[in-house]
Amino acid sequence: MIKEYDAVIVGAGGAGLYAALEASKKAKIAVLSKLYPVRSHTGAAQGGIGAALGNVEEDKPEWHAFDTVKGGDYLTDQDAALVLAEEAVRAVYDLEHRGLPFSRTPEGKIDQRRFGGHTRNFGEAAVRRSCYAADRTGHMILQTLYQQCIKNEVSFYNEVQLLDVLLEGKRCTGVIAYDLATGEIITFKAKAVLFANGGVGRMFRVTSNAYANTGDGQALLARRGVPLEDMEFFQFHPTGIREMGILITEGVRGEGGILRNSTGERFMERYSPTMLDLAPRDIVSRAIVTEIRAGHGIKGDGQIDDYVFLDASHLGREVIESKLPEIADFVRTYLDIDPVESPIPVHPTAHYAMGGIPTDLEGCVIADEKGTKIDGLYAAGECACVSVHGANRLGTNSLVDLIVFGRRAGIHMGRFVQESNPHPVSPDSAASIEAQIKALKKRKNGPAPEMIRKRMQNSMMAKVGIYRNGRDMAETVEELRELRQMYREVGCPDLSQAFNTAVLEVFDLGHRLENPYITAVWALNREESRGAHAREDFPERDDTNWLKHTLAWLEGEDIRFGYKPVDISRWEPKPRKY
Amino acid sequence: MKVILEIQRYDPNQNIEPYFQSYEMETQPEERLLTVLMRIKQELDPSLGFRKSCAHGVCGSDAMVVNGKERLACKTLIKDVVTDIDRSIRVEPLQTLPLQRDLMVDQTHFFQNYMQVKPFLINPDSPPEAERLQSPKERQQIDEGTSCILCASCYSACPIIQEKNPDFLGPAAVIQAARFLDDSRDRGFAERLPELDQDNGIWPCENHFECTRVCPRGIKITKTINLTKRSITKYKDLTLS
Ligand SMILES: Cc1cc2nc3c(=O)[nH]c(=O)nc-3n(C[C@H](O)[C@H](O)[C@H](O)COP(=O)(O)OP(=O)(O)OC[C@H]3O[C@@H](n4cnc5c(N)ncnc54)[C@H](O)[C@@H]3O)c2cc1C
Ligand code: SF4
Ligand code: FES
Repeated sequence: MIKEYDAVIVGAGGAGLYAALEASKKAKIAVLSKLYPVRSHTGAAQGGIGAALGNVEEDKPEWHAFDTVKGGDYLTDQDAALVLAEEAVRAVYDLEHRGLPFSRTPEGKIDQRRFGGHTRNFGEAAVRRSCYAADRTGHMILQTLYQQCIKNEVSFYNEVQLLDVLLEGKRCTGVIAYDLATGEIITFKAKAVLFANGGVGRMFRVTSNAYANTGDGQALLARRGVPLEDMEFFQFHPTGIREMGILITEGVRGEGGILRNSTGERFMERYSPTMLDLAPRDIVSRAIVTEIRAGHGIKGDGQIDDYVFLDASHLGREVIESKLPEIADFVRTYLDIDPVESPIPVHPTAHYAMGGIPTDLEGCVIADEKGTKIDGLYAAGECACVSVHGANRLGTNSLVDLIVFGRRAGIHMGRFVQESNPHPVSPDSAASIEAQIKALKKRKNGPAPEMIRKRMQNSMMAKVGIYRNGRDMAETVEELRELRQMYREVGCPDLSQAFNTAVLEVFDLGHRLENPYITAVWALNREESRGAHAREDFPERDDTNWLKHTLAWLEGEDIRFGYKPVDISRWEPKPRKY
Repeated sequence: MKVILEIQRYDPNQNIEPYFQSYEMETQPEERLLTVLMRIKQELDPSLGFRKSCAHGVCGSDAMVVNGKERLACKTLIKDVVTDIDRSIRVEPLQTLPLQRDLMVDQTHFFQNYMQVKPFLINPDSPPEAERLQSPKERQQIDEGTSCILCASCYSACPIIQEKNPDFLGPAAVIQAARFLDDSRDRGFAERLPELDQDNGIWPCENHFECTRVCPRGIKITKTINLTKRSITKYKDLTLS
């Protein structure tokens, strides 16, 4: 089946929905999502969206931009950080005007709380910058944007999953997708396509990410010769519920929660004298792992599953129930613990990809080091890399990124499609995917996808996690090569047409094998430590050789590297102390 | 702990009627039911169909009927649904919505009802440059309603929809309407009134409290329905007089 639109948006999380609101003002667009839009993982975001409103204390977008740059260990593009911080203010007001139920100050303004790495006056002390709706900020953003899309009659294709992208030379002409209900392949012909398919956290065993976060867009574009940027930078959030990985928002520490080791010590005093528990995530995650390795975890065995305590009991019932109700509920449901009475066992959980599909400030995808654009190809949200998050994202900055750059990409795309003509799409463009599905269903006695998935996730967790070294990463790269070979033999025993989730699981696994491979090879290549990329064999940041973005092309089993300069037009890179 | 899962199966292309299939699984008491279903799918039977995404109770994908009660599989621990004597767990799809396959149901009608109540802020006045003001108390008024994750548990458990009136708007749509009607920033009462104040609107509710009993977000749905009925009556009295 062929469908034709001016533009197609892949993904209905915060980024996709905001882009849809803008683009649909000017063009006929369709939003494809493998989930019902309200099931997208933006809904899981808890702690808040950062903007220098200054509602509760003095604050300035410039400080926000600086924190973003320093938080990203100076790999953040400074022009992009300034756009993010300046437009954040309008973005938050815009969401409020659209009905978002923010928590309020006694005067009725949007309330704000502290968050990791957000400071007053270039690092003096923590500042209250995170605008929040209890601890369901993402849920409220997703709901609000979906409500606005209903109001504006945006067309959705729900449970329609992207399987390939049509690129002809330096031009994108559409996508190929699978309709879960019928098993039918749909070719979407479009003048422009925007990727907003979210993160890749499911390449690790312990993660805060949803099952759906398999990085399909990144993987498919990489296969089609589009470079990916800075994929070696992957964030571990310091506080996930032990083993399950379910996130405990930084908002808990923002409200005053404290991390403690087995002796009850507030160990962050040693790692970050000024910001303490509110240091950026890379620093806190490393501190926790260092404590665990030194035998100061609660179990004390130094193993990968050891943990520390996040203590919120002194905040009192009132604060916990009103400002952190979801967290209280998770902890009660999954751990049978009352956070008002007992500390929460936590350890770092795989959380956020700083890297992704390279774009300029308007969301246009970049094809090379020179910034050549691919006509009609856009990306926004977690799958994209502008780069505003550099080597380590600050909490609350992803939600801002979705709104600010989702909006910019949507506006630019709306304009682009008005000015351009449709390109022909070959009638048999879906043939290759159809053949793949047929072959999958015929293949018998292949390796179990489950075994491949487990080995990939365990290897990434153990060897390409918080601390990395050349030997371990080389082993993971080897193992991933082997798993990628094995994957070719995987079959699908479910032959049915309607609601065949098994077929899609096999495709998902294929996408999931691209992203960790790229991440591991990139990480092995970058011989320095910066932000979330901490190498035991290269422990220092090396601005002379490595103050640059990685662009890399997947060419079969090989990877070709290129580099792109970092915009440092505003602040001179300095050693990073908190 | 060994448990036996009795799972309803149905493939529209192969079966005329749904049937039950049992799977014996070694589980941990603290394991999520969703994790066990995933293990069945990954280790035993890839053809088992169900929805899931966030795995911690915030996306609303995996509502199903477990031992006769609507629950989110990811917020149900094995120990919540077995006893020392009875180690079997019966898993069925949601009721009141058309069956698609195995544990998946067609949510179209549920979402149509949701959209029908105009679930978006209505306020014709142009907003100020900064935020519209709202007191913490006014904000608290809509707290419960805004936490709805549209999981359709309430819609499935509703005896009115099950037995009397399949066209009843349903609990979730009323909660969504109330979330805006009670928002100090909203001006959409008149616009939403025709959707609520009609035979299949809010009135069919007879206070069975089943929705409240199953809501995974702890929303006091029945209470909100009654309060909303009352404000509709009041509004009509005021505008008529
Ligand atoms: C638990 C948690 C808490 C967080 N808290 C915060 C916070 O407090 N503040 C903050 O700033 N950030 C937070 N983050 C990060 C932030 O929420 C995410 O980075 C962001 O929401 C991602 O949004 P997105 O629109 O890019 O993607 P998503 O919301 O993940 O949406 C992706 C969309 O793409 C669709 N999709 C994916 N693959 C395909 C495919 N193949 N075909 C079709 N559709 C597809 C999905 O269906 C979905 O609609 C948090 C993240 C997590 C996991
Ligand atoms: S009201 Fe409760 S049960 Fe009903 S859809 Fe919302 S969250 Fe689910
Ligand atoms: S999987 Fe999201 S609510 Fe259960």
